[in-house]
Amino acid sequence: MVTLSHYLMLSAILFSIGSAGVFVRRNLITILLSIEIMLNAVNLTFVAFGRALGSADGQIIVFFVMTVAAAEAAVGLAIVIGLFRHRESLNPDSFTLLKW
Amino acid sequence: MGADTTLFYVFGAIAIVASLLVIAQRNPIYSVLLLIASFGALSGLYVLLDAPFVAVTQIIVYAGAIMVLFLFVVMLLNAPHEDTEYDERVHPLLRPGPMRFGAALAVVLVVELGWALTKGGESGAFAGGAVSSVAAIGQLLFTDYAFPFEVTSVLILVAMVGAVILARREPR
Repeated sequence: MVTLSHYLMLSAILFSIGSAGVFVRRNLITILLSIEIMLNAVNLTFVAFGRALGSADGQIIVFFVMTVAAAEAAVGLAIVIGLFRHRESLNPDSFTLLKW
Repeated sequence: MGADTTLFYVFGAIAIVASLLVIAQRNPIYSVLLLIASFGALSGLYVLLDAPFVAVTQIIVYAGAIMVLFLFVVMLLNAPHEDTEYDERVHPLLRPGPMRFGAALAVVLVVELGWALTKGGESGAFAGGAVSSVAAIGQLLFTDYAFPFEVTSVLILVAMVGAVILARREPR
């Protein structure tokens, strides 16, 4: 029997994988992909709760999250392209101009 | 064990393994392709949750549009290998400093969440009465959520203009 807890646990594992990717990896594109993993884990939580509560609100929020993810990917990748043109590198440690 | 339970574990295992491989790959192209596999498994989970419209949107928008954008940028930049000051042979989880801290933080997060979820009240099976019809979702989207929907269109417009301006070459 698959319950709400199963879905929440799966979502928690996926979110943790995404956060670990943001911290561990040193590649801007992989970091953006990890953010997408985290957004998807949150989406799964929304749909699972919406199913448990018998309402469509969870699914509606998922569409907004997808829109924000698309906007984030477009702007983020544009920034990545701009950074790569300046430094020829995707390592976030090499962008230290604003570092105090 | 019913078919739903089996499918849940199959899709869940695919999603977790693919996501782990996404952050374990050195070549970003493999990462993007594995993330598409993970999104496919999540789409199957949405079907199990009686949300077929979300599942289809997941495939079309995420796997079809966003991931193609990522793939395009990866191939455009042509910098597949991660340049790092750390030794390539050292496993990422064993590297010093903030990386190890981040990995430990993720492990703590998963343990805490698991503890919180298992200590909580026993949640039974899902009740009946799932809203899975596209008509009901559309009705809600254009009545109760009409204002956020319009704000979303402005967000998309801003993101489009921002991406065009950011990725433009500066005039000499």
